[in-house]
Amino acid sequence: MKLSSKGEGRNGPRLSPMARYILKRVVIALVTLFVIMFVLFMLLSFMPGSPFNNEDKLTPDQIAALRAHYGLDKPVIERFFLYVWNMLHGDFGVSYSIMTNMPISQMVGPRIALTLTIGLEAGILGAVVGVVLGIVAALRERSVWDTFATILAVIGVSLPSFVVALFLSYFLGFQLKLFPILYSTAQPTISTVLPVLALAMFPMASVERYTRSEMISIMNSDFMLLASSKGVSKTKLVLRHALRNTLISVITVLVPLLVSLMSGSLVMEKVFSIPGLGSLYIQAIQQNDYNVVLTISFIYSVMFILAMLLVDIAYVVIDPRIRIAGGKD
Amino acid sequence: MTTSNASPFVDEDALFRPADFMAHADTDEREYANYSYIRETVNRFLSNKGALVSLVVISLIVLVAIIAPLVSPYSYSDVNSSITNLPPRIPGLEQLGICDGTQNGVDLYAEAGIPNEYHFFGTDGLGRDVWTRVWEGTRISLVIALIAVVVGVLIGIVYGLVSGYFGGKVDIVMQRFTEVLSSIPQLVITTLLIVVLQPGLANIVIVLFITGWIDMSRIVRAQVLKCKTQEFTLAARTLGVSSRDIIFKEILPNTMPQVVVTFMFSIPNAIFLEAFLAFIGLGIPAPTASLGTMINDGYNAAMIYPYQVLAPVMVLAILMLGFNLFGDGLRDALDPERS
Repeated sequence: MKLSSKGEGRNGPRLSPMARYILKRVVIALVTLFVIMFVLFMLLSFMPGSPFNNEDKLTPDQIAALRAHYGLDKPVIERFFLYVWNMLHGDFGVSYSIMTNMPISQMVGPRIALTLTIGLEAGILGAVVGVVLGIVAALRERSVWDTFATILAVIGVSLPSFVVALFLSYFLGFQLKLFPILYSTAQPTISTVLPVLALAMFPMASVERYTRSEMISIMNSDFMLLASSKGVSKTKLVLRHALRNTLISVITVLVPLLVSLMSGSLVMEKVFSIPGLGSLYIQAIQQNDYNVVLTISFIYSVMFILAMLLVDIAYVVIDPRIRIAGGKD
Repeated sequence: MTTSNASPFVDEDALFRPADFMAHADTDEREYANYSYIRETVNRFLSNKGALVSLVVISLIVLVAIIAPLVSPYSYSDVNSSITNLPPRIPGLEQLGICDGTQNGVDLYAEAGIPNEYHFFGTDGLGRDVWTRVWEGTRISLVIALIAVVVGVLIGIVYGLVSGYFGGKVDIVMQRFTEVLSSIPQLVITTLLIVVLQPGLANIVIVLFITGWIDMSRIVRAQVLKCKTQEFTLAARTLGVSSRDIIFKEILPNTMPQVVVTFMFSIPNAIFLEAFLAFIGLGIPAPTASLGTMINDGYNAAMIYPYQVLAPVMVLAILMLGFNLFGDGLRDALDPERS
């Protein structure tokens, strides 16, 4: 909390504890992003192989000329700061091998929307179904519903998303022909049904598990006993008191959920050949397209850190206990 | 215990009722017999059917993975272009009309000129025996996961112990380091590291433990912080016990339940990451098989020859399920308060 005490010492505007907390989180996130960028850049500078399509056919002079053209002959540190500077101006460099000299922002732009849409759809579907299943399982503890939800949760948590995707596309897609097996731009909605379903399994399962155990412990807590002894109706008890408290804690599992969605989208895009960020990433890795790999790694990191930041902030905004403790800290 | 589990909606459960003391008068001795911690844990574990079944299933898979490649008449890497893509044929089952080596009524084994051979899970696109490859692959996947997790856990324990025990500036620096490291999505760092190091058996293990120790270090640190301020540690320090002995004799044993549970949950995670890397084309190079590389190979032909991908996928799925259920059971048994 040194940051906040310094802020008070100067004659700057006094911020509320909440604003200070958020500001601090944002600053930390930005610093982290910078460090991550540095780590990624260093890692990529050790990447073996050459980014140029036909290097074995080029003479050493031509290679040197190409390297000079793209600025690859400069020291790594200099390149790093140059890259960050350009990036802040919206220039992520150009592709070397996939689509030679095409600006990466142009390659990545349309793909992000697709990847984000599928990820968000899966995340929302998983979270909603998970919460509903979890509540049903908790309210009807040890019933058939509970057993069913538990089995579903164990399977969803354990099975890798590509296994689920393979089963879905084999049975629903190939055998029953209900949904297309591959993504097609002609029917973007129906051809994303299977990837979204497969991707939603893990978030659904982990949210269900968490909601159930959280709900059960809240239903057995003292304040619920007090409320019910004061004559609060059961519906009100569940909806207003238990559900609200459960949802607060469910936010904490959103982070691992988002992570799973990201790695999941990579796999899903390969399984269903979706032209998103993930399939470009795999292609760029295979073809040593430094800047594309760097940019997409960075985008994944930004999404991850942004999601964690939002969860952190949402947690403080929703839960008054943390707000009070955070203010004192 | 009945009152604490009772639903708040049923009024009578909230009431106190006199216990029936005489009913248990003669069994008191047995009921309050003193069980050791380990015995109690084992009892709790054994009463969990899911965990017990998963333990048996995992043991079976491990056994088969060790034995099957040794006794199989086929090698996992022998390529034979005349017997490619054969369907499964299993003695016994073939009399029932399933797994009899025929496709659309044609006996492909006779056509390939090997009417007396049995490839239990069929052969793949290069004529390699899928049964042998699956178990060979299972063995390699398990070995990769186990080594990676053991090394990762050791690093995590040491890191967590040092960070938690010494606290202060050491702790701040060490925690900032893990914070930054864990803000890089695991998928990104694993992929980039394996690209830099080049895919290979040893490198996959290295990458898995480089990214796998952070969770463990956090859990150990939290546990150390809890134990550090408790009376038994204070007492030991008052008696002049050295830091090393306090760490290893007082605090470390108290972190063990959490360590074991996290260890168990890390194994399926490592198996998954290996399969994930293989699936995006960064797996162990051929001809070595792992579950991930087999799924990746079979996946391309999944719609035409589903059994080629079904076998490794099923083994992977059962292993992941088994380890997760086993971990659940272990957590409930070791740490009843938390579950």
